[in-house]
Amino acid sequence: MSVIDRATFDELKEISGEDFINELIDTFLEDAPKLIEEMKVALDMNNADTFRRAAHSMKSNAATFGAGQLSALAKELEMLGRENKLLETAGKLRALEDAFVPVHDELRNLKS
Amino acid sequence: MKSSHAPGQMLVVDDNRVNRLLLTRALQQHGHRVSNAENGRIAMEMLRSERFDVLLLDIDMPEMNGFEVLEALLVDSNLRDIPVVMTSASDELDRVVKCIEMGADDYLVKPLNPILLRARVNASLEKKRLRDEQRKLFHTFATPEVAEQLLREGFTLGGKFVTASVMFADIRSFTSISENQNPADTIEMLNEYFALMFDAITSHHGTVNQMEGDGFMAIFGAPVQLENHHRHAVHAALEMIELLKVFNEQRAVRKKSELQVGIGIATGSVIAGFTGTEHRATYTCVGDAVNVAARIENHTKVSGRPILIDQSTSEGLSEDVKIEILGPVMFKGKKQPVQIFAVSK
Repeated sequence: MSVIDRATFDELKEISGEDFINELIDTFLEDAPKLIEEMKVALDMNNADTFRRAAHSMKSNAATFGAGQLSALAKELEMLGRENKLLETAGKLRALEDAFVPVHDELRNLKS
Repeated sequence: MKSSHAPGQMLVVDDNRVNRLLLTRALQQHGHRVSNAENGRIAMEMLRSERFDVLLLDIDMPEMNGFEVLEALLVDSNLRDIPVVMTSASDELDRVVKCIEMGADDYLVKPLNPILLRARVNASLEKKRLRDEQRKLFHTFATPEVAEQLLREGFTLGGKFVTASVMFADIRSFTSISENQNPADTIEMLNEYFALMFDAITSHHGTVNQMEGDGFMAIFGAPVQLENHHRHAVHAALEMIELLKVFNEQRAVRKKSELQVGIGIATGSVIAGFTGTEHRATYTCVGDAVNVAARIENHTKVSGRPILIDQSTSEGLSEDVKIEILGPVMFKGKKQPVQIFAVSK
């Protein structure tokens, strides 16, 4: 089952240009694990602001590629970070990590 | 090609690398030149050292966020004109509203819609082009300070009543001077002369708003309000005469004929405003003081005194200015005689 909304992805390709979509996918696939790592570290350090900012970027990037479920999970984490409720995020962070796997695979296949 | 589609110099500010890259490439696809910065602080450094037409600005950034950038732009007269398009997530529109209130021009929601991106960027470029034109227009007829004030406060083509001092200045026997030298010398002489005279006027907060042949008109107290505008006008006239003395000494060395000038100043209520169209406008003053100033200037030919002023201008001048009553003079078109005063240092 697809985790990438193709209409959103096609629109993205139109904006960036065919030639550039690979570069954009690579950038996201490179940055996403870093953002997840940042969230984990921020959670350990109890740094709500860093956590929120990383979740915010994840939300934004996932939405850009049409990864709706991943974006929604990131948004929930962003809200918890904003409300300084990091204790409630651990389970959701694991869910986000799991949700990234199929997004990663599908985007890699979408590279032209 | 439509002017609104002309390429521009863009600055993309976003801490998110994907957003930064996407916006950069998207704008490059439209033919624009694009630079980018990963936070507000770096963006401000770039804005101060390079020229940009449109700024695409994220809100949430480390070091210096979008709000802080907007604040910094607003207080910088060199950067205030750059249109700012906020780029934000769809769930933070309340913050976009705050940005618009702080001076941002427009916004784009991420993920980007290609049609909206093109439309908003082109509209901002057009806005920048108009602001540049307006700035250029203001600078051609006003001092930099006046131009900045007009840009800050805006202007409308409609007029208003203002109390101001109006100056007319003209070169005496210009025709015979120009007949006795070659045309290139005449133009060079006029350019040197105007440069000196305009310098005296702008340094006393006046605005030259009309030129015709060898004569010109200047206003003190409009378009921007000025206290003691009549004093400034008189001091400008005295400085003009002094500068002309130096100018003539230099001409005498080069065996060129000397220039004599007549200056008339009148103070009173005038109707001032921009006339013309949006593409070509001038700042105009009409009213009794304008007519009287023109007549008084003409009267310098008869009186043989270089600076003549009316009663209102003569009141409350500083003590180092010598005023001499020349008496009432009847002018064409005026029912009452006008009291004329000669001014010197």
